[in-house]
Amino acid sequence: MLEMSAKPHLPLHVVLRHDKGRDRWVLLAPERVLTPDAVAVDVLKLCDGARTIDAIVAELAREYQAPAGQIAGDVVKLLTDLKDKGIIVT
Amino acid sequence: MTILDAAPVAAAPICAVAPIGLLAELTHRCPLQCPYCSNPVALEAADKELPTAIWQDVLRQAADMGVLQLHLSGGEPLARTDLEDIMATAGEVGLYANLITSASGLTRKRLERLAELGLKHVQISFQDAEAANADRLGGAKNGHVRKLEAARMVRELGLALTVNAPIHRQNIGNLGALIAMAEELDAGRIEVAHVQYYGWALANRAALLPTREQVNASVQVVDAARARLKGRMQIDFVVPDYYARRPKPCMGGWGSTSMNVTPTGKVLPCHAAETIPGLAFDNVRDRPLRDIWLTGAAFQKYRGTAWMQEPCKSCELKEVDWGGCRCQAMLLAGDAAAADPVCAKSPLNDRVRAIAEAESGSDAAAFTQRNYRNAKATAPA
Repeated sequence: MLEMSAKPHLPLHVVLRHDKGRDRWVLLAPERVLTPDAVAVDVLKLCDGARTIDAIVAELAREYQAPAGQIAGDVVKLLTDLKDKGIIVT
Repeated sequence: MTILDAAPVAAAPICAVAPIGLLAELTHRCPLQCPYCSNPVALEAADKELPTAIWQDVLRQAADMGVLQLHLSGGEPLARTDLEDIMATAGEVGLYANLITSASGLTRKRLERLAELGLKHVQISFQDAEAANADRLGGAKNGHVRKLEAARMVRELGLALTVNAPIHRQNIGNLGALIAMAEELDAGRIEVAHVQYYGWALANRAALLPTREQVNASVQVVDAARARLKGRMQIDFVVPDYYARRPKPCMGGWGSTSMNVTPTGKVLPCHAAETIPGLAFDNVRDRPLRDIWLTGAAFQKYRGTAWMQEPCKSCELKEVDWGGCRCQAMLLAGDAAAADPVCAKSPLNDRVRAIAEAESGSDAAAFTQRNYRNAKATAPA
């Protein structure tokens, strides 16, 4: 269970970068290339180890012009999924 | 390359514009002498290796054309004293760098420097979980102990660690112990890789091929470990295809996801491609990497499905397994365009099963060690 005060970040061996040749974002990990969808990319870009999940939700609420309460559940669900896959750590 | 598929982070589709991965075989020099080495039996000499500047240029070209993953391999890549210079370029151009190593020669100082330059992941091969047998197989005194030390150092520096465990008849009984060892070393991943029979492994097949019962037992060990370690350690499992009913989709299809540059600069669709007579390989010294990938004769030869014969041509799985492995078709059927004989649909499949049964049941234990002396003895003229 993720706390809203947790500060998620990518582990050292997971890299989020733009794949210029194929015009998409990719996550690079040992022997893996994953393609996060647009929302996952927006969330992952904010996972810098400094922002709390609360702060990430607030920032996305501004960006998407949606009430924080409405998107918080989806963001936590996504982060939980990413954590289970080892793509973020807290 | 293994691909995880689960939304919202979906598996990357294969893209023909460029390979996803580039295997850089920096050298064939290696302090180990494993009898199943994937290098060709004709090893390339040190004085013919590409210089630093050409490797750096290859990496720049690779990143520019869309390669994402770089595998720094060999031989033993640490045998190159300029590995750090090559790694520096990989870091600069944003290639995700994996070091595929025996760990011999991996000092803390070198590893720290490589990590600073952007190295993310280290894969260390282990010959067995039992030191004496591991050192006998690898042919290097105290090799196993040094590997354990190196693996701990990798984790201390926060890099991702993969334990690569080649499995065969002379260590298959210790598979459970190898998985436990990887767990104890805090590896994020273990590759349980049944040896594939090409090159050195083919020459030593009678001493290495496990029995069907041993293979089935290994599947059970892996299944149980996967259930136990879910979410903690990922287990990639490569089965020995001599007992399969369908062939492996070798390289995800010829010339579709990966390319291999040899120590002297030849560009191959896979590491065993030189065993196919008549294929002409371009060299990075002569042509741009992108041209070699897109139009090189060796890449075009078995790309897609147009080259196929029956039973592949009309097979509903032809775009699933791509007819299996071209090199294995060459080795076992004498025709690289034939169906991989490990496929149950191949007319030669009975022969493969007979070989597997006879050789795995033999008590042959002696093998030829992989080294330059034996390479000269076994290399084709």
